Amino acid sequence: MTSFLDNLVLAFYVASLGLHIWYLYTDSRFIGRLGTFCLAGGVVSHYFALLSRAHAMNSVPYQDFYGSLSLFAWLLAVTYLGIERFHRQRSVAPFVLPFVVAFVAISTFLAPETAAVAHTKAHGPLFALHVTITILGYAAFALSFVVSLLYLAQNRWLRDRRLGSVIWRFPALEVLERMSRSSVIVGVAALSIGMVLGFVWAHRLLGQYVTGDPKEIISLVVLLVYAIYLRLSRQTAWRGARACRLCVASFFVVIFSYTVVNFYLSSYHRFF
Amino acid sequence: MAATIPSSTHGAPAGGGPMRIVLIGANHRTAPVELRERVAFSAENARRAAQELRARGVVGEVVVVSTCNRSELYGVPGENPECADAALEDFITSFHGLPPGSLNGSLYHHHDHDAVRHLFRVASGLDSMLLGEAEILGQVRQAYMLAFENGATGPVLNRLFQSALEVGKRVRTETQIGARPMSAAFAAVKLAEQIFGRLRDHRGLILGAGAMGEQLVEHLRDRGMNSIYVANRSRERGEELARRVSGEAFAWDDLPHALELPDIVVTCAAGGQVLSRSLMERAMQSRGDRAMFVIDLGVPRNVEASVADLYNVYLYTMDNLADIVKQNRHAREKEIPRAEALISEQLEKFKVWQASARSVALLAELRDKLQHNREEFLRKHMDEMEHLTPEDRERVARLTAELLDSILELPASRLREEKELRRKLEEIEAVRHLFGLEKNQP
Repeated sequence: MTSFLDNLVLAFYVASLGLHIWYLYTDSRFIGRLGTFCLAGGVVSHYFALLSRAHAMNSVPYQDFYGSLSLFAWLLAVTYLGIERFHRQRSVAPFVLPFVVAFVAISTFLAPETAAVAHTKAHGPLFALHVTITILGYAAFALSFVVSLLYLAQNRWLRDRRLGSVIWRFPALEVLERMSRSSVIVGVAALSIGMVLGFVWAHRLLGQYVTGDPKEIISLVVLLVYAIYLRLSRQTAWRGARACRLCVASFFVVIFSYTVVNFYLSSYHRFF
Repeated sequence: MAATIPSSTHGAPAGGGPMRIVLIGANHRTAPVELRERVAFSAENARRAAQELRARGVVGEVVVVSTCNRSELYGVPGENPECADAALEDFITSFHGLPPGSLNGSLYHHHDHDAVRHLFRVASGLDSMLLGEAEILGQVRQAYMLAFENGATGPVLNRLFQSALEVGKRVRTETQIGARPMSAAFAAVKLAEQIFGRLRDHRGLILGAGAMGEQLVEHLRDRGMNSIYVANRSRERGEELARRVSGEAFAWDDLPHALELPDIVVTCAAGGQVLSRSLMERAMQSRGDRAMFVIDLGVPRNVEASVADLYNVYLYTMDNLADIVKQNRHAREKEIPRAEALISEQLEKFKVWQASARSVALLAELRDKLQHNREEFLRKHMDEMEHLTPEDRERVARLTAELLDSILELPASRLREEKELRRKLEEIEAVRHLFGLEKNQP
């Protein structure tokens, strides 16, 4: 059974998505502000929903798929809200918020009645920070992926001179490029901090910083590819579609890390 | 304009009779540009015309709306509403010093709700030459503010113009009527913004001295572009154009070097191809493949077609821009029914306000008349009742006043609450007749 808070979170996100789509169509500043307000409402209520879930489990909700998905959705919404405010652009929301809504809906309606209670040693503030900040990094990479796809689509339409009705509402190509880069900077910083916290945590728990888990290696690879992206995207020859293609390709490494490595290779990183 | 729109729209027109609204005007559909120029009103002329019309008693309230494409007078007729049309037409003719009859067939007249709907359509950009243009709403606002500040408006035109501004704004925000560029030059500027965002930090280059190119550069300047370079085969003409657009002239032979700087290149040179693929390849290489938006306005084309295949080059020809404008026009036309629906909704609101204002006026008249009759009655009969003390007389007076209030209470609330507009209007006229409230009645 879903709680009132879970339903409130979903209602806020759905309302925000609807309002942002409406904004994209009408360009009404009032509607846009209302959409941002609902998103902020969703983020705040989602925080309390996660907090209540964490209290029940006595840990950050990462040990089951649904908890992890909900945490990811929250951090995606938080990152998007930050990027939206920073770049003062709302037109990307209709392409990001469907993921937030879908992830929250899945974690709300498909999660088993009783949340799995963590009985491992994986708890405490340091561990909570490690999980949260690492997932924040992945959420930021996901955002840069969506923004880069939007760039590539708009770039294609502009070059082919196939301009529909909505293109005039999209952010300019240069703005999308900057948004993508900002998201990657957030992602790289968050993943780096998250990894350092993970190493410290591993040392406390196991007495060694590096355990050789495949997740550690793939996370370093993720950092490396995004660092290459950041380096190249500032060079004029790479600016534009080339950089965005690289950003999209980089995200496949993240997907690989989140799926194959988590499910089949890593021994203790199941859901993040 | 610094002044704000007045908020008080309450009150009814003096006299409480039927609130007629008359409109007389000429626009791009009814009059050629030469005639429109002759009947246009400057701000000072509009003020003077309003003053004269009110002084002559032709209208009690008046607003003059005058733009490039229309000159219109909106008024609430004075004592003789039947003569208002002819009087306004004579006034326009004489005010502009035109021979009598010279405006025959060029002027249109609308009355009451037709006039209201016309103004709503004007404010919404539906009656504009460029469908959905944004400027007209500001022009209507300006015309109204001018009239308001000069005391030429009253309750009817205040309400009418505020409703028009409201519906104009709604049409702009709730429909797509003004969403997309409708001229080739503006479409090119919007495309530039779609690629680069703010144009302030970007540079432009204009090749050739065609008028269309110059017009486009003006648009780019309006949107914040500061650095503009000009190159022309004739050095003198190039320098002249550079002066006009506050740009920097480049020698035509320096073209390969000049192409390294700008992000937006506008070509409008005579004599065919100016930018070949190889020239552009070299330019893109030396500028590190930084994005470039090339607008080819030349006929025949100035830019080799395969330039569009180069990385980070966005090439648009005049035909491409014309296609965008055509698509946008169709898209705007599709929004007309939605805009008309909003206008009809606003018209209904205006009718309700009109009816309620008339109800208030009618009640006030009725009360005045009954009060007058009561006073006459008391004066006549109190003399016959000498035995009454002053206290008794005062009591009788108070009781009759209370009786009057209780008699009027029910019709007053009925008139306020009646929602069926048409029936209400008919009833109001019937009540007016029943109680002898016509103008010529004592």
